Amino acid sequence: MSETEDIERLLRADLRRGGGSEALARRFAEYAAGSGEADVAFATVDTPVGTTSVATTERGIVSVGLPNHPLDDFVERLASEISPRVVEAPGRLDQARRELEEYFSGERKRFDLALDWAIVPGGFYRKVLEATARLDYGEVMTYGEVAMSAGNPRAHRAAGTALGANPLPIVVPCHRVVRSGGRDPGNYGGGRELKQWLLDLESADLDLDKI
Amino acid sequence: MGKVSPRPFNAFLEEHRSPVLAFLRAMVGPVDADDCFQETFMSALRSYETLDGGNPRAWVMTIARNKAIDHHRATGRRPVPKGDELPDVPAPRAPEPDSGLWSEVAALPDRQREALGLRFAADLRYREIAHAMNTTEEAARQSVHEGLKNLRRRIEREGG
Repeated sequence: MSETEDIERLLRADLRRGGGSEALARRFAEYAAGSGEADVAFATVDTPVGTTSVATTERGIVSVGLPNHPLDDFVERLASEISPRVVEAPGRLDQARRELEEYFSGERKRFDLALDWAIVPGGFYRKVLEATARLDYGEVMTYGEVAMSAGNPRAHRAAGTALGANPLPIVVPCHRVVRSGGRDPGNYGGGRELKQWLLDLESADLDLDKI
Repeated sequence: MGKVSPRPFNAFLEEHRSPVLAFLRAMVGPVDADDCFQETFMSALRSYETLDGGNPRAWVMTIARNKAIDHHRATGRRPVPKGDELPDVPAPRAPEPDSGLWSEVAALPDRQREALGLRFAADLRYREIAHAMNTTEEAARQSVHEGLKNLRRRIEREGG
């Protein structure tokens, strides 16, 4: 087929100049998310401590990534635990992105987002995260206290495990649950430094309010 | 959980958006390709679970080919005149660096046009082209070959 090699080369070369599929794919993704044909939409958000991600279903925010958590892992988890019909659609997440940005810059103390608890395990885990969700900005609780609010005061270790599996960090503020006594805030999916950074962010704001 | 999960759709879209658009542009022209693109990926999204471990490129191109055929049926016309006759008015040429070859492809018989699109725009193997066109590998190879020969003949006649 060597006699047509030049033609083959031209055919391929012309298409490389085409481009434009990125904008079309974005338009498709937004439409698929807005019309409910896609089950999950996600977007990334820039914060002072790194890029994070947030995902929604039709019911509400279903997952929040921690800053610098690999985006691929975040999306894989959405696909395996909710549905593979996942698209990146920032437009669908306008409000969530704005609220997260405001939170990270210290301007927001409470989230006004509908939540979808679909990938929160049931039972005690769920009770722990519900108790955590009731914590106010700047307020902290120990693992033992959160276990007690969840109805099992002796299960502080299980409470820690439940918080570690929180699919909605920041919004369900598991960073506000800390170790009793001492300066170590305790484990955090995004690292102890991040946990301390979040606690500092919230306490700095409280101090300002008192002035 | 526990079952093998298909790839997230966004990764599938990212991987195939370029060849799908290139193929559709070759089949229905640059303007209508945009609509066919949306329809192709909407169908793919709706029936995503039917991919189920199959060849994703061949699968999405089969959908794209069907959308192009539907489009031709719906508009009741082909993008350019049939057969070997040349248009009275020269087809509008793409901006300078483009050789304009794809507008010649659009004038080829259906099977050849599709085969060339699947081969060079979608970058499919002959086995995958055969699957997308519901034919044999040998027939797919033949259609590509005939298409290229035809194309050469058209260019030479035009240039001479």
